[in-house]
Amino acid sequence: MTKPLLIAENISKYYDGRVACEKVNFELWPGEVLAIVGESGSGKTTLLKCLSMQIAPNAGRALYSLRDGRTESLSDLSEAERRFLMRTDWGFVHQDPREGLRMGVSAGANVGERLMAVGERHYGRIRSTALDWLNRVEIAGDRIDESPRNYSGGMRQRLQIARNLVTAPRLVFMDEPTGGLDVSVQARLLDLLRGLVRTLGLSVVIVTHDLAVARLLSTRILVMQQGKVIETGLTDQVLEDPQAPYTQLLVSSVLQV
Amino acid sequence: MTTGYNFAYLNEQTKRMIRRALLKAVAIPGYQVPFASREMPMPYGWGTGGVQVTASILTPQDTLKVIDQGADDTTNAVSIRKFFVRTAGVATTEETEKASIIQTRHRVPEAALREDQILVYQVPIPEPLRFLEPRETETRKMHALEEYGIMHVKLYEDIARHGHIATAYAYPAKVNGRYVFDPSPIPKFDNPKLDDCAALQLFGAGREKRIYAVPPYTKVRSLDFEDHPFSVQKWEEPCALCGSTTTYLDEIILDDKGKRMFVCSDTDHCRKSQEKAA
Repeated sequence: MTKPLLIAENISKYYDGRVACEKVNFELWPGEVLAIVGESGSGKTTLLKCLSMQIAPNAGRALYSLRDGRTESLSDLSEAERRFLMRTDWGFVHQDPREGLRMGVSAGANVGERLMAVGERHYGRIRSTALDWLNRVEIAGDRIDESPRNYSGGMRQRLQIARNLVTAPRLVFMDEPTGGLDVSVQARLLDLLRGLVRTLGLSVVIVTHDLAVARLLSTRILVMQQGKVIETGLTDQVLEDPQAPYTQLLVSSVLQV
Repeated sequence: MTTGYNFAYLNEQTKRMIRRALLKAVAIPGYQVPFASREMPMPYGWGTGGVQVTASILTPQDTLKVIDQGADDTTNAVSIRKFFVRTAGVATTEETEKASIIQTRHRVPEAALREDQILVYQVPIPEPLRFLEPRETETRKMHALEEYGIMHVKLYEDIARHGHIATAYAYPAKVNGRYVFDPSPIPKFDNPKLDDCAALQLFGAGREKRIYAVPPYTKVRSLDFEDHPFSVQKWEEPCALCGSTTTYLDEIILDDKGKRMFVCSDTDHCRKSQEKAA
């Protein structure tokens, strides 16, 4: 019997009475990739922050199915439990890798940090795991001792992904992971992400304004406008046959080359 | 006394406040207790934290020893000793065995300490997580939730860069299996002396306004990796003055042609060894 990994129930968040997102409901199943799309200011990132408990929603709740089988409301967990979840069972890929990486320490230490946080105390094993992960995200092993400052934007983003996936999380949040990268690097990163998501069976909530990203990665899509979900469905279905006028506008405004 | 100062400079209210912080610190080994640090008649970095702790626990019957880098005759040690002679009129000594309170900067005496002695450390930066996590709110949370993985990130970086754990002083350790703490900038050579020590150890950071403690006979374990265990410094030659091979040695440059000698940093211990040998 499988059950949803993450359930959003009526999540609403207001800033000073202004709606950021309102009454968002969805279920995320294991192995599913859900894309949240919409224009800037539509509440995508606020929703992601509410789901990952970085900010508290004003109303509604997010339920998460823990590894031991319990399904708990995230706001009922203690801070210790939430933070533990955050560094073991979850990953968070920021748009700007500098936010997700520790820029002062080497790439190897960046990947190893989560392992050390869950109690790994063997240098040799940490290092070989880090090497293995650098390899998987196509970073040359001989650059393991370099600071991420020496890395290009695309490499930093791949390093950030490796750092998040090293503890085999079940749920990964991504906030515009390809933003700020040039198109060819974007394509390579998307290819890599798609491979990892498929082989590891990850569940992903990805926020993007780029419909191409949503199309390539996601199985389901949620379209937001002014804080509300205006359309949801299978990615192909929504993009091929958009129902809501705003979605039609969005789809038709993609540049065709 | 005619100095016009209260005994040991601080007023009684302040001493009481500091003693309360000390009691709390002893009750929670390794936990940094905030306290209302006072302005002292010496600059920050000269041991204002240690001086306030010493002033609060000092009684007229005490015998005080002050060391700086192991030596009794360095500027910092001399001025703090003078300060307490003038403001408290207590007896002072250079002999570790005769002291009831030892205030120290950067060293632990070589001689084993006893239950009736108190060691007071001067601490510049009490927070061991500071260099990796600049936010105080965050480091407090990390201590509360025992999130110490980041401490090992620092040690990992050491090994990745130097092939071994290169941190040689202020080496982080875990007290009583719970709090990770900074044992002040003592050489890691001294870390094993903190473990299961008979004397009460108090740490005062004046600028950072924190007090912490290691009660007698408390476990202090230096952090390390399974395949890179904690180890202390070793020297290839004995002390040039007393011939000791078991003490912490300072390197002294003798001329500009590369001549140098290694001597004990603990001057009292070195003198005693020489007297014994003579």
